[in-house]
Amino acid sequence: MLTPFFYTLRAAGVPASVTEYLTLLEALQRGVARFSVNDFYFLARATLVKDEKHFDRFDKAFAQYFKGIEQSFEQLQKALPEDWLKLLAERHFTPEEMAQIEALGGWDKLLETLKQRLEEQKGRHEGGSKWIGTGGTSPFGHGGYNPEGIRIGGPGGKGKAVKVWERRDYRNLDDNVELGTRNIKVALRKLRRFAREGAADQFDIDGTISATARNAGLLDLKFQPERHNALKLLLFFDVGGSMESHVRVCEELFSAARGEFKHLEYFYFHNFIYESVWKDSRRRHGERTTLFDILRKYQPDYRIIFIGDASMSPYEIMQPGGSIEHWNDEAGAVWLQRLTQRFQRFAWLNPEPQDRWDYVQSIGLARQLLAERMYPLTLHGLDDAIRALKA
Amino acid sequence: MTSKFEGTERYVATEDLMMAVNAAVTLARPLLVKGEPGTGKTQLAEEIALALDKPLYRWHVKSTTKAQHGLYEYDAVSRLRDSQLGDAKVHDIGNYIIPGRLWEAFRSARQAVLLIDEIDKADIEFPNDLLLELDRMEFYVHETRELIQATHRPIVIITSNNEKELPDAFLRRCFFHFIRFPDAETMTRIIGVHFPELKRELLAEALNAFYKLRDVPGLKKKPSTSELLDWLKLLLAEDVPPEALRTDDPRKSLPPLYGALLKNEQDVHLFEQLIFLQRRQSRQ
Ligand SMILES: Nc1ncnc2c1ncn2[C@@H]1O[C@H](COP(=O)(O)OP(=O)(O)O)[C@@H](O)[C@H]1O
Ligand SMILES: [Mg+2]
Repeated sequence: MLTPFFYTLRAAGVPASVTEYLTLLEALQRGVARFSVNDFYFLARATLVKDEKHFDRFDKAFAQYFKGIEQSFEQLQKALPEDWLKLLAERHFTPEEMAQIEALGGWDKLLETLKQRLEEQKGRHEGGSKWIGTGGTSPFGHGGYNPEGIRIGGPGGKGKAVKVWERRDYRNLDDNVELGTRNIKVALRKLRRFAREGAADQFDIDGTISATARNAGLLDLKFQPERHNALKLLLFFDVGGSMESHVRVCEELFSAARGEFKHLEYFYFHNFIYESVWKDSRRRHGERTTLFDILRKYQPDYRIIFIGDASMSPYEIMQPGGSIEHWNDEAGAVWLQRLTQRFQRFAWLNPEPQDRWDYVQSIGLARQLLAERMYPLTLHGLDDAIRALKA
Repeated sequence: MTSKFEGTERYVATEDLMMAVNAAVTLARPLLVKGEPGTGKTQLAEEIALALDKPLYRWHVKSTTKAQHGLYEYDAVSRLRDSQLGDAKVHDIGNYIIPGRLWEAFRSARQAVLLIDEIDKADIEFPNDLLLELDRMEFYVHETRELIQATHRPIVIITSNNEKELPDAFLRRCFFHFIRFPDAETMTRIIGVHFPELKRELLAEALNAFYKLRDVPGLKKKPSTSELLDWLKLLLAEDVPPEALRTDDPRKSLPPLYGALLKNEQDVHLFEQLIFLQRRQSRQ
């Protein structure tokens, strides 16, 4: 009966899990939300949605679901679509959830529990409890939900004109990012290489014990540096005009990387790599760092990630003087190759959708220069890039 | 004493917040509260403890906090030192186990409220490292081979300023509430609990100026409930008349005592520039 509701949410892109759905059933059973569809709305949202970005999707799905149900709530209660649930499981459950289901006693057990809980719930409302009933005062009676059950705001509110979920208060929080900081972090973690270096400020119990023993029992305290990621990384960000639409994802990538790597340096460039880059995206006419300095300063064990759309006129890559911003004595291609020769582990992440790459000549050129180590800026692409960097 | 949370004399709870708190209390599962800084997340835990008459344990998370700190710490240095001095205490390792906040909440004789404040400050592994402990409300002390179990499952309130995303496995185990920035109606009620005597004209002008200021795009730190309350306190202390707050556009002139609202220097600078531009335009 509520299962189709769960399904509606999933179909609308609300990533609710079965665990959470069972929590919702348990909360209903314990009488947390009893008197109005409004209460049910708040409870379901607090249980099933864990990110305000998804509130708006939830609101839309809620409205969609509860519109149809005004007439047919009764029938829906009766049908517990097992086949559908099974299907749902195959399609939607993460391996982790599947394991959880197994731990609960497997699929059949889960269905049984589910049914049992629904039965219990039915028993409760026949006994007078009001959450799903057919009697006059229920918010879900024969005549559809009771508008009295829907209250807005606190005391002194504006009346009962609009349902909470129809106000769509959270509309502008749904930004639909696929690649979030967290995803990126998780991906970047694969690049971790732990080592202890820096100041010795962590107490080393094992070291102290063995040193003390060797010291005939006289206390000999030992300290060691904290373990951290020792992998070294240089990031080069394209901040040319056409990158503007990708600023968000670049910022996320940057902040994720900054959190993960102790040895991280970043530079900005405009469209392509030439004889110098800069460190402050706003003051690019100010201080620049020459590429020769970079080639000298950083050891070859640094990895390089370029982030750019590589979309420009081919001249900007191939011709001296091709840069649109300044006069470059040597072609961008020459500079890129100087970098990739010194730092042999590199990857280029391109935020442009991969299916467009073949239509942009400059992307093809860049890929050749990069020995095809260009990857789309998606989760999958990031994984591939990291594999290339690890090699 | 009631067992339902409906806000307190000092704290305004919206309906959705009450529902989230009561669900968490009834099912004894953690409640994650997210929202801009200054929207009453930390105070919520205090008010729940107050309203439900329960002891409160606060665990304030910093960037260096590890999950283990909430369970216990083993003071190996003291123990080594005692052993050097031949202190008899040294034979009982239990003397060197220092309980953390979680343990304290677990062993409370009455059900406790445990606040895990600003969980997003810690490393992204932190929430995952607490999954089992929060699920089962128990953990094992390896040094003393002791299983610590909660006498009563505490009511766990976790806050986040949204600086980092939290892992899914962790989120699935929590109820979730997002404190939306209060609309004028809710804000009026919040101001009411802090300044019951405030005159209506001043309130109306202050709210108007405040929301206009918040709406200016490009602010680094939008003023929040706590800044508004500080500002009102100053306005009252200085006896500023309501007319002085009247403005149709904060980009033309800033309200008096705006220092309480704009804490970020870059934001103040932004306004100065806007006002300067505005004046120059109107002179032309
Ligand atoms: N709903 C509310 N009711 C009463 N006071 C509030 C409310 N929300 C915020 N405040 C006030 O704002 C201040 C900041 O609250 P705090 O809990 O520190 O915010 P956060 O932890 O979200 O940063 C508190 O001192 C409190 O007085
Ligand atoms: Mg706080």
